Amino acid sequence: MATMGIAEALREGIREEMRRDPTVFCIGEDIGVKGGWGGAFTVTLGLVDEFGPERILDTPISESGFCGIAIGAAMTGMRPIADVQYGDFLFCMMDQLANQAAKMTYMAGGAVKVPLVMRAPVGSTRRGAQHAQTLEVFFTHIPGLKVVAPSTAYDAKGLLKAAVRDDNPVLMFEHKLLYGSKGNRAEKGAVSPIGEVPDEDYVVPIGKGAIRRRGRDVTIVGKLLTVYRALAAADRLAEDGIEAEVIDPRTLIPLDKEMILESVRKTHRFVVVEEDNRTHGWGAEIAAMVAEEAFWWLDGPPVRVSAPDTPPPFAPNLEELYVPSVERVVDAVRRLVG
Amino acid sequence: MNAANADGLQSSVPREADLIALYRTMLLIRRFEERCNALFLQGRIPSTLHLYIGQEAVAAGVCSALRADDWVVGTHRPHGHALAKGVSPRVIMAELMAKVTGCCRGKGGSMHVGDVRKGVFPAVAIVGAGLPIAAGAALSARMRGTDQVAVAFHGEGAANEGDWHEALNMAAIWKLPVLFVCENNLYGASTHFSKAFAIPRVSDRACAYGMPGETVDGNDVVAVHDAALRAVERARSGAGPTLLECLTYRQCGHSRSDACDYRPDEEEALWKERDPLKVAAARIRALVPPVPFDPSGIEADVAAEIDDAIAFAEESPAPAPEDLERHVYWEGD
Repeated sequence: MATMGIAEALREGIREEMRRDPTVFCIGEDIGVKGGWGGAFTVTLGLVDEFGPERILDTPISESGFCGIAIGAAMTGMRPIADVQYGDFLFCMMDQLANQAAKMTYMAGGAVKVPLVMRAPVGSTRRGAQHAQTLEVFFTHIPGLKVVAPSTAYDAKGLLKAAVRDDNPVLMFEHKLLYGSKGNRAEKGAVSPIGEVPDEDYVVPIGKGAIRRRGRDVTIVGKLLTVYRALAAADRLAEDGIEAEVIDPRTLIPLDKEMILESVRKTHRFVVVEEDNRTHGWGAEIAAMVAEEAFWWLDGPPVRVSAPDTPPPFAPNLEELYVPSVERVVDAVRRLVG
Repeated sequence: MNAANADGLQSSVPREADLIALYRTMLLIRRFEERCNALFLQGRIPSTLHLYIGQEAVAAGVCSALRADDWVVGTHRPHGHALAKGVSPRVIMAELMAKVTGCCRGKGGSMHVGDVRKGVFPAVAIVGAGLPIAAGAALSARMRGTDQVAVAFHGEGAANEGDWHEALNMAAIWKLPVLFVCENNLYGASTHFSKAFAIPRVSDRACAYGMPGETVDGNDVVAVHDAALRAVERARSGAGPTLLECLTYRQCGHSRSDACDYRPDEEEALWKERDPLKVAAARIRALVPPVPFDPSGIEADVAAEIDDAIAFAEESPAPAPEDLERHVYWEGD
């Protein structure tokens, strides 16, 4: 058992999978340059020393192109782990992800598989509109993709391994404020969820959520950073005698619906917290699911706490308003509990 | 093995049997497409069709330079690519008729025909998107230590997509075993080459990426085959990718609803004179010494194969309702 942050946990997960399976390789920008950064957030740092530049493959700045290359490799016996420096760049490869990777198995009538992992850092970190969006929902809407979003070091390594071993394209979203608060790529305001990670091989199954805190009065669902906002809110609410249950789905597609519904049937109140834009968002889908499938257990409407319908702002004071704060979660729950 | 071809040039397809086999492949594609057109007009094939009529020499010439285990990525106009690479007319026709016995279980349709057992990816119908995927298959071949080669067919319109440039660049810097076959049929949908390019040849762009580029007569199956063979050997030997531009012409519309009013009649007539089947037949007849060549026998043989494919497709069932939600994710071999 070792103690580490998410970036290190991911690195160890990649290292172990590459040792275990010679068809696993990494492809992306600035991931293996000697003297470089190991990707934008150090996840692949040093792996080139063990695996060499053929398996830690640096690409030109060609997101759509290297995504397509990873897809072609995945369809012919390899298991690529690709990454983008910022999740926003996934839009540059949208055709390859949405039209090619996601649809290939279906349009071939099940005759081909695309075991691709695409990692993407998201989250507002004072980089403004094009380097800070939380955009998982664009991909949770695409049949054929699986989407995971680990918020702890244990889950990051376990879900990475599960994603590599999955025979479908898996998008892994990582929050920039959760990589860790230390090191030369640390972010101001990082949460630093350092946790214990087993040395032995393990996976976190895709599609299984986690209850981060038990409570009887309200169910709060968050993902990535908003799990921590929800937990902090739960602590404050507990001071007033309101016990919140906090659920981290960990996998967004396929969603562990039953874990959420079971909790709602117990608490009768539901709040979802997301860093995404509100309209047609991830929270809207989760709230609709709860309304459809647990309506008769609810004592009040499903509530969303979201980012407003704006691009991520640059000014720190605006960014603090943009990302759902602990206070906003507390207020939403108080209004609901009445 | 080499002998003089019709132009007196050295050719790698000199043997009469090989040239006649190429002729047969081309005729199979031509007649298959003509029958598809008729079936479409009769309402027996749903959707739309992008027919390969006029371009048969490209698919036949390139695929005859490949091994069975090499990879091909086709386009929205993929029937010819699949037939030339050995996909059975039965499973293609069944796919076009939306039957569960089709090569994609009736879930792909005309624009996605393929059969990975024959080395043909489900065709990629987004213009240009197939090039990186073929480059990825080539990268995979190198990483897995095979000497397979990948081919990305594409129209000249694809050369103005970003994926085209990204794929050529990465294939060149990594010397990937891939062949980019540009079927320049003069029109991207209805837009003439001259309105989309400020250069005379697509292959002129190859040097910008540090790879050889070559333009050949795409209606001459021997010219295509010879150039493809050189490129394939180059790729297999580890020397890297090639951009091969084949000048050709689609003798039909872009898709089923296209009457081609944007093309001059004289231009269409000129290209029909240079029909790839006529060119191939002339090459066979010019072989010295003369060889037995029975076009009507080949015609009958091809017709029987297509009749069989249509009968197979018509007798096959449509996908079951529960197929709608299957195969979104991989279900296993």
